[in-house]
Amino acid sequence: MQSQSRPNTLAQRDLLGIDGLSPDDVSAILDLSESYVALNRNAQKKSDVLRGRTLILLFFETSTRTRTSFELAGKRLGADVINISVASSAIKKGETLIDTAMTLNAMHPDVIVVRHPDAGAVRLLANHVNCAVINAGDGSHEHPTQALLDALTIRQKKGRLDGLRIAICGDILHSRVARSNILLLTMMGSQVRLVAPPTLVPPAIERLGAEVFHDMREGLEDCDIIMMLRLQAERMQGTFVPSTREYFRYFGLDEDKLTSAKPDALILHPGPMNRGVEIDSTVADDITRSAILIQVELGLAVRQACLDLLGREPAIS
Amino acid sequence: MSEPRTAYINARLLDPESGLDASGALLTEGAFIADFGQNLFAEGVPEGIEVVDCAGHCLSPGLVDMHVHLREPGHEYKETIASGGLSALAGGVTSICSMPNTDPVIDNVSLIEFVQRRAREAKGAKVFPFAAVTKGLGGKQITEFGMLAEAGAVAFTDDGLPISDSQVMRRALSYAKTFDLLISQHAEDLSLSGCGCMAEGEVATRLGLDGIPEISETVMVERDIRLVELTGGRYHVAHISTADAVDCVRKAKARGLRVTCEAAPHHFSLTDHDVGDYRTFAKMAPPLRSDANRAAIVEGLKDGTIDAIATDHAPHDQESKRLPMAHAANGIVGLETLLPLSLELYHRGHMPLLDVLRRLTVAPAELLNLPVGRLRKGASADLLLFDSDVPWLVETAKFRSMSKNSPFDGRPVQGRALRTIVDGRTLFTADVPIGKQ
Repeated sequence: MQSQSRPNTLAQRDLLGIDGLSPDDVSAILDLSESYVALNRNAQKKSDVLRGRTLILLFFETSTRTRTSFELAGKRLGADVINISVASSAIKKGETLIDTAMTLNAMHPDVIVVRHPDAGAVRLLANHVNCAVINAGDGSHEHPTQALLDALTIRQKKGRLDGLRIAICGDILHSRVARSNILLLTMMGSQVRLVAPPTLVPPAIERLGAEVFHDMREGLEDCDIIMMLRLQAERMQGTFVPSTREYFRYFGLDEDKLTSAKPDALILHPGPMNRGVEIDSTVADDITRSAILIQVELGLAVRQACLDLLGREPAIS
Repeated sequence: MSEPRTAYINARLLDPESGLDASGALLTEGAFIADFGQNLFAEGVPEGIEVVDCAGHCLSPGLVDMHVHLREPGHEYKETIASGGLSALAGGVTSICSMPNTDPVIDNVSLIEFVQRRAREAKGAKVFPFAAVTKGLGGKQITEFGMLAEAGAVAFTDDGLPISDSQVMRRALSYAKTFDLLISQHAEDLSLSGCGCMAEGEVATRLGLDGIPEISETVMVERDIRLVELTGGRYHVAHISTADAVDCVRKAKARGLRVTCEAAPHHFSLTDHDVGDYRTFAKMAPPLRSDANRAAIVEGLKDGTIDAIATDHAPHDQESKRLPMAHAANGIVGLETLLPLSLELYHRGHMPLLDVLRRLTVAPAELLNLPVGRLRKGASADLLLFDSDVPWLVETAKFRSMSKNSPFDGRPVQGRALRTIVDGRTLFTADVPIGKQ
């Protein structure tokens, strides 16, 4: 892990989305992530590539796994990690966002990881700081490290990222995970299908290169990967589906619908899961099919790789 | 007792009402047009008359903008009646219609009088106020149309908000008939727009933003046209932005209904792609839409379905725009880009120059019964001298408006106001030298 002397090989200072990355960038991040997967399985997990660097986690939305994952990633790389959680009620005003950005910037951090309920808010913040910014999810826009960890999981399990048939199922409309995954997986040469009722499919999404299905069995046919999404009730204004009961009946992943996919199809879920809403417990807990906990493990490695890459260049003063 | 006289010589006289497009001269006497024509001053200008050499540039009626938000009273840090008037003059606009969605809302006679008094004190562009259709823009109780019109309200609108309640709209259209008044509608079904902050489509989907569908405008225009048919009222669609709504208006006109509409320059100049990476300066209601819709607005202007071009000038301070897209304020300033953006329709070969000018002068004046927008002997000398071709770059920092929220900063354009004259007095002169044509 002696990477201090190596420059950031990404063409950009920030990681705001998959949009902007090249296939080579993705492969480079995933390759570096693999080395952290190995390191994390040692008893001695610490590296010092970010020693002396300051990492700020700025979360305007509640998060358990993503925040913990970034925090642990920073600490294992030797960075000083500061956690700032802003109660969602206090951030209604965007002035606060730019003011917060400029205030934090004055403390010379090296990397800021931001999650925000509004699409575009992380870019707005990035425009007002001198350090690297990682988007940990902005509204329904992007969540690039999630897509990268999903890609790493798929690559480990299937040995490649091209030529696969991948179904992303559920609440596509409100999902930043779906958008980042569509961009990444189509870019790497896989075929992406979206399975959801029409009310949960964003308009013109097929222009991003995905095929839309409203019948889950049809959509899952011959799929190598099934990516389930959480029904995001907190982002919903009004009725999109009549009830969770009806939703599960037609769009929840259970043993029966799973038979449409390839026998060795892998099941992913970004978490947190709503058991009995979008996924049946027996399917979620079947370790021969479900990669849900592997995703969590690899997520940490992916975030270490991203922090390592973006933390290499000293902050511009 | 003789009034000061000014001769504008070597002008290209343009009057959309009469179709005049000829070299000639124009004489103002005091606040009025005394004479004009090809042969005027053919033998030279007599002593005692001030001479303005127009150097072959265009002399037309001053522009009439029937859709302007002046922010006074209530938000004077964004724009005042005085600053909006200066912005208008710099854009070649001599008459502006102020929208009533101020704080307080212009919904009673004393507030109409307030606007008129502030405009008189400002001594800038002429201000013709619109009044609210409903008290406090509440959408429930209609205002005193008759008394407001008598006080000087030239039309009625709840702009910024639609009149959503069908019964209220029916009554407004019906009651306005008593005085033959125009109801202008911000046509939007708010429940269909939801939390949308840009046009629904690929760009919104990529940006992860909630979209405003085209249908939210069309549904409202369709409903209103049915109500016009029922009541016989006079109805106007403000800032029309969709191909389908333009088509509805086209068909309503063909059926003889008293339906008109206006379009804003940004809706025939830009598309949702110009939102780019969350550019809040490109956020407005209705939103920038697809290129097919943009082209339909051009088509509507060409075939006359769209009667007027109006800016929907909506000043906002930086802080209202330096926000995530979903929370940024709607609207852009438009008075100082109205002329060059409209002239793009001419330069790109979509419309003859006189047709473009018609939609900027006499057409809105006719809709609102305003005594402006024409070259006529005895009419107010509200004039615009402009260079129709000069290329320049829009620089928002130089705007006279107090607000600079325009997505056109840096845009190369052609044509600009050289001199703006209200009631015979030159109130604006461009700081660029007037070159020979």
